[in-house]
Amino acid sequence: MTNRIDRRFEALAGAGRAALIPFVTVGDPDPDWTAGIMHALVESGSDLLELGVPFSDPAADGPVIQLASERAIERGVTLQGVLDTVRTFREKDADTPVVLMGYLNPIERYGHAEFARDASAAGVDGILMVDCPPEEMVHLRGELDEHGIYPICLVAPTTTPERMERISRQAGGYLYYVSFKGITGADQLQEASLEQPLHELRSHTGLPVAVGFGIKDAQSAAAVARLADGVVIGSALIEQLADAPSEAAAQDRVRDFLAPIRKAMDNSRR
Amino acid sequence: MSIEPAIIAPDSFEPDEQGHFGPYGGTYVSETLIHAHEELKEAYYRWRTDDEFMARLDADLAHYVGRPSPIYFARRLTEVAGGARIMLKREDLNHTGAHKINNTVGQALLAEYMGKSRIIAETGAGQHGLASATVAARLGKECVVYMGEVDIHRQSINVFRMKLLGAEVRPVTSGSKTLKDALNEAMRDWVTNVDDTFYIIGTVAGAHPYPVMVRDFNAVVGREARRQMLEQYDTLPDALVACVGGGSNALGLFHPFLGDADVRMVGVEAAGHGLHTGEHAASLCAGRPGVLHGCRTYLMDDAGGQIVHTHSVSAGLDYPGVGPEHAWLKDTGRAEYVGITDDDAMAAFHQLTRLEGILPALESSHAVAHAMKLAAEMRPDQVVLVNLSGRGDKDVQTVAELEGISL
Repeated sequence: MTNRIDRRFEALAGAGRAALIPFVTVGDPDPDWTAGIMHALVESGSDLLELGVPFSDPAADGPVIQLASERAIERGVTLQGVLDTVRTFREKDADTPVVLMGYLNPIERYGHAEFARDASAAGVDGILMVDCPPEEMVHLRGELDEHGIYPICLVAPTTTPERMERISRQAGGYLYYVSFKGITGADQLQEASLEQPLHELRSHTGLPVAVGFGIKDAQSAAAVARLADGVVIGSALIEQLADAPSEAAAQDRVRDFLAPIRKAMDNSRR
Repeated sequence: MSIEPAIIAPDSFEPDEQGHFGPYGGTYVSETLIHAHEELKEAYYRWRTDDEFMARLDADLAHYVGRPSPIYFARRLTEVAGGARIMLKREDLNHTGAHKINNTVGQALLAEYMGKSRIIAETGAGQHGLASATVAARLGKECVVYMGEVDIHRQSINVFRMKLLGAEVRPVTSGSKTLKDALNEAMRDWVTNVDDTFYIIGTVAGAHPYPVMVRDFNAVVGREARRQMLEQYDTLPDALVACVGGGSNALGLFHPFLGDADVRMVGVEAAGHGLHTGEHAASLCAGRPGVLHGCRTYLMDDAGGQIVHTHSVSAGLDYPGVGPEHAWLKDTGRAEYVGITDDDAMAAFHQLTRLEGILPALESSHAVAHAMKLAAEMRPDQVVLVNLSGRGDKDVQTVAELEGISL
């Protein structure tokens, strides 16, 4: 069985489009709304979904995702609950790739083998553990491989060419390029500065490259879509959802927020 | 018995190249921080064997910190405990009042060698923040200290001292608003300002090389103590006792004795309201292995792997993880770890103050409390050496509040 992530990026490449990859924290603002929000994301032109697994100590995240994580934990969201959400989503969507993004300790507690088995059964296609570089992933990697789940890896502006090479050999699915030195949601993105490092990165990998951190609107998404295979939008989207008064309102906000972004990305494609 | 201190411990207690102590330690950080850790590792391993660097460090420890600190025979405390002689390694007499300065002097010197102009630090009790602000002032560097809002309240004197030294104290309002959250926030700062900023971590936790580096800079405590015991008493201590939050003062004392198989090592964790209540900060006694703040180690989390809020009367021990080398020393059985409750620590705080005229930090009071219990089980010709890691001046407000006294 091929991975949904491969199929999706192949199709996008054929169509000359960049992937729109929204990130939402599972359970924020309400655990019962997340599956519906995921469907709304897909209806609004998303190609791949990144789901944040809430963690108490998200050291690489800015205030927006920290707070979303805290709210979700307060509402009782666990890794088990995240997998339940994916399962619910899969009842109506068998095609859209889903990647879990978070920190390692909840998986440590769940058990590597048990997690890989259950995540695969629920319909997870990849995981990105922010605090687990390839060097520390050896054991977990074996379990993920066995169940056809890709380890998605980060590449940073400070990553050396030698390391890019090593990471791309370890990674599966796509590479997530962090657009600047900072935390999620910060306001530092300068699209022009992406050209050279993305060029360098592509010389070391055949994997698609998505870019995230600091992309917040149609303009920045369009600029990044010219250079990358995927555009990740997290904090700006979560801000839209945080105080949504109802599930229907949350879905409306998703559509209103993503529609112009999708349009701008498609218009800007090289 | 050689009087030359065992500077290099047996190989089995050194980590591998990626900083693994057995299954513990490692480099569990975001890719955005990998380069910074690589750069630090390269610099540290280069300079730690450099004669000029070490000479400057030794000079700073002697003339600025005030080393060596004495070991002191606590005669009246020993009489009350009844049993082995209790000796105190007087780290409370260091400049700024705790062992923390040993590490910050070392890391600040490294920052200087690496050409970093800005220093950041996290702090719990404020001792490490104070020690960082102190060395930053001396070297004319900008200094930002991250401190949980809860800790800012309970350690207001140290907050003011840091400000007097020219540091900016940034309150951390996320999570439990204590030490662990201050660490998260400092990491976020470092990711963002990695080019000009040196992050001085205050304990033997974090990703490689921090656990090794912080241990090495604190190991001057154990090297001195070992030499002093042999020179002044012609014997090694039978047991070492030190409190463990992250574990830097304990490892600093223990490490040079690791090769001395007859020396027992006891780390004392904060049992808070009691280990059975769940309201404590005893990750080695009551936690389990997981991944937090850059390393695999024992930690306190819930069934879903979320890090839980800890409790201790002493802010410096109020941390849900512990240095990975301690996790390894526990599993290998080379060191043992016990818990002391808030109440027992408070009692020891008063006993040491009244019996010896030494006001200990609440953190160190945990070690004193256990040392008294341990001494009572031992023979009068034996020696328990306690790392009196800090002085209690910073805690008088907390003690007064706990006892319903308004100052």
